[in-house]
Amino acid sequence: MIDVKDLRVIRQGNEILHELSFRAGAGELIGLLGPSGSGKSTLMRSLLGVQMLSGGTLQILERPAGSASLRGALGYVAQSSSVYLDLTVEENLRYFAGILHEPRSEVGRVLAVVSLTTLAGRVVSSLSGGERTRVSLATALLGSPPILVLDEPTVGLDPILRRDLWRTFDELAKSGTTVVVSSHVMDEAAHCARLLLLRDGRLLFDDSPAKLLAAAKSSSYDEAFERLIESQS
Amino acid sequence: MNPRRILFTTQRILQQLRHDPRTIGLLLLVPSALTGLLAWTLSGRPGTFQTIGPQLLGVFPLIVMFLVTSVITLRERTVGTLERLFTLPLTKGEFITGYALAFALLAILQSILVATLSYTWYGLAHQGVPWRISLVALCAGLLGTAFGLALSAVAHTEFQAVQFMPAFILPQLLLCGLFVPVGQLPVALRLVADVLPMTAAIHAISNFQSTSYYAGQFAILVGFIFGGLGVGAATLRRRTK
Ligand SMILES: Nc1ncnc2c1ncn2[C@@H]1O[C@H](COP(=O)(O)OP(=O)(O)O)[C@@H](O)[C@H]1O
Ligand SMILES: [Mg+2]
Repeated sequence: MIDVKDLRVIRQGNEILHELSFRAGAGELIGLLGPSGSGKSTLMRSLLGVQMLSGGTLQILERPAGSASLRGALGYVAQSSSVYLDLTVEENLRYFAGILHEPRSEVGRVLAVVSLTTLAGRVVSSLSGGERTRVSLATALLGSPPILVLDEPTVGLDPILRRDLWRTFDELAKSGTTVVVSSHVMDEAAHCARLLLLRDGRLLFDDSPAKLLAAAKSSSYDEAFERLIESQS
Repeated sequence: MNPRRILFTTQRILQQLRHDPRTIGLLLLVPSALTGLLAWTLSGRPGTFQTIGPQLLGVFPLIVMFLVTSVITLRERTVGTLERLFTLPLTKGEFITGYALAFALLAILQSILVATLSYTWYGLAHQGVPWRISLVALCAGLLGTAFGLALSAVAHTEFQAVQFMPAFILPQLLLCGLFVPVGQLPVALRLVADVLPMTAAIHAISNFQSTSYYAGQFAILVGFIFGGLGVGAATLRRRTK
């Protein structure tokens, strides 16, 4: 599904991602964790094909990222909720569904998945941050794309909502969708089947959360991450 | 170019405007109100409004549409919706055409309103055909849209976009023949003025010219409209550094 080889990204003269490599298959739930500024968003934008690459290759479904035939094959929630603030929830979804050639019934379906049905008629600018993120998530779910790339979708949400969203991600992965979720909160690692830990544009760790804790002999993800950094420097 | 995706985009932009009645009001009413004000100031000098009134019908829509389009598109670029759209099967051409159609519709409404008020209430008795004036007003509105789209690539903030307005519009206003007839300008300026779109808009409204003369002026206008839309499309980047 996703095949990243020696990916390098340079932005304004700074190397942001250094020869990153990993692969992901169908149905994986991957947590892309790392502190703020580690390059999570840049990596996600690279997967989406909207980031200029400086080296390496990035194949999605056997095609180079950004290919015209991939448009719509990846659902994307950007870090800033990229929906129209001056439209209602439903108008937003109808527009994105129209661009994707999805039927109107699809709008009702994704609204139900993110529990926004009752807010369908509200203008997005009148919604809370968490509700906006869910609108953005709903647009990403339109047409059930095989890959979901979600940039910090749970940040700033209350614990109940966060738990519900992780359940949704888990269900999506179980149904065969590859889900890549980023977060700078290490504790979110517990929800993922596989962790990619990113620091200063380098991949420090790529395995299950249990392995991370075992390797660090710790029960806290924050501590495990700290020990990982210490052991590598 | 897929007409369905273009129309969805047009509809979405009109929906955005519908949620903002104040902007629609300003868009439609400001050119009419300004023309009315002008007619009133000139009420003591009969004849003057007959000469410059029609010419201003080509100026106001240009300014208003330029501002609205540049700000709305700029917002789309900065909020992240443009990048989001570019991960979907929407082409640059479809995006730009969707915008052009939405604002063309507003420009038509705007031009009908200004022309109707001018001929009925403001006492315009232009010998030229009203449809030619309306057509110029429409072209001017579209021209504003085209340049607004192109400008949104250069300006980084909405504040900058507004600042570009005088830099872009005022030179054209000075050269277009409203203050000094183009024929009396220094040669270098006249050469520039002759190819500026605002000059073409005003020439296209003037009277007693041949059909081929009007056709030439409209050709300049249409050329600038498509040129502006082309620049707007070319400056959209699917991938950024
Ligand atoms: N538009 C940009 N131009 C240049 N550098 C940028 C830009 N956006 C982010 N960066 C830099 O790239 C690095 C990684 O940023 P980002 O991918 O947003 O990290 P994260 O999402 O993990 O917080 C940071 O050092 C940041 O300063
Ligand atoms: Mg980020």
